Amino acid sequence: MTALPNERTCPFDPPPGLAELRAHRPVARVTLPAGGEVWLVTRHDLVREVLADPRWSSSTDGGFGPDQPLRAITPEPGMFIDMDPPEHGRYRRLLTPHFTVQRVNRFRPGIERIVAERLDAMERLPRPVDLVAEFALPVPSMVICELLGVPYEDRSAFQDAARTFADLGSSQGEIEAAMARLAAYLAKRVAAERDEPGGGLLGELARREDLTDEELVNIAIMLLIAGHETTANMIGLGALLLLHRPDQLARVREGAQGAADELLRHLSIVDLVMFRMAKEDLVLGGQEIKAGEFALTSLSAANRDPALCPDPDRLDVTRPKTAHVALGFGPHQCLGQNLARLELEIALQGLLRRFPGLRTAVPPAEVPVRENAAIHGLVALPVTW
Amino acid sequence: MSGAAEAAEGGGREVAMRITVNRDGCCGAGQCVLAAPEVFAQGEEDGLVVLLDPSPPAELHDAVRRARSHCPTRSIAVG
Repeated sequence: MTALPNERTCPFDPPPGLAELRAHRPVARVTLPAGGEVWLVTRHDLVREVLADPRWSSSTDGGFGPDQPLRAITPEPGMFIDMDPPEHGRYRRLLTPHFTVQRVNRFRPGIERIVAERLDAMERLPRPVDLVAEFALPVPSMVICELLGVPYEDRSAFQDAARTFADLGSSQGEIEAAMARLAAYLAKRVAAERDEPGGGLLGELARREDLTDEELVNIAIMLLIAGHETTANMIGLGALLLLHRPDQLARVREGAQGAADELLRHLSIVDLVMFRMAKEDLVLGGQEIKAGEFALTSLSAANRDPALCPDPDRLDVTRPKTAHVALGFGPHQCLGQNLARLELEIALQGLLRRFPGLRTAVPPAEVPVRENAAIHGLVALPVTW
Repeated sequence: MSGAAEAAEGGGREVAMRITVNRDGCCGAGQCVLAAPEVFAQGEEDGLVVLLDPSPPAELHDAVRRARSHCPTRSIAVG
């Protein structure tokens, strides 16, 4: 039995071993590090097939540790990331109008202001500066606060909790305590929004009588977690990759339109975490699969599939937008993807324009990379200029 | 459409394109708007796909095919 190739030897590239599976066994039976067997799916067309096919259920949990066996679950109220159609659509459609291309573009001036403020703050700090702590993490966290309508006076507590989730040094106890604090805060916030709905997304949802308080709190937690660490890690890891590639960095600074999507494709920071369970017997890529068996999609392998684009292992920020799956595929494809693109574009361009001499303050091999994390990224990125 | 139906309007000799969208399947990702903003939009109220031009001119056909290929719910059909 093949072990899941899940260790990156380079922070920018998929784990070695996935490419060979993609070429020879695109639907392969593998063992998970924590035990259990899944069908690992590595080819671009087959990954898309799994994620778009309603015969594969999203209502699963576990798979990451020996004490968390992979299993089917009944989703918590409002946690529509775990739900299947048609239940999933009921929640997703409440949020869809808030994340359209045109609605998100209205956030551009707000994001530009947040990015400029963080760059100002960075400029005042003694160098070297940790780009992750001072820029990559606070920018998306502040954007989400604005989007949800978290009042200014509450934002530091909100961000402390969010940072605890994202901080690899946090213990399980600290994470659980931070989650409890955040849930308690959001419950209070939801109650306040029910009394007097504000102008943010929480206020808008609080006007709806068909959503319970519990659903509202769970939706808010989901938006926070989905939108914070992912975007933060893309900013941090994306900046490091560009510092290694001055030619590409120059294109991004000049405003290359496709840079965000190409960085998403190339880095595929969310990988090997999207499990699905077969609801019925089916065939995938010629492989018979039984009801109740699990599949694990490799988004990084799919995004480096030679069938997706020419020279897929090369970073080219001027490449026409590909049909990459870094943001998922199917009805669960990232709700906040257009916000993420905008944040990534504004943050990286702003950073590179403000500090033309930006460079890492430690040798490249000493930049600490997150190990065993669900979302790839950097623990810290010491920079100077 | 039987074979090469020709676009009568504008006297073009390009094969006409007929687009249909399935709003019931749409999840509002906006990929079509990114690929072909002249042809697709998202509804202000529901965020779901709005077809601006079901039969766009030839110079937009590649963009429309990209929109179809990028659509995560395969809610765009091109005939």
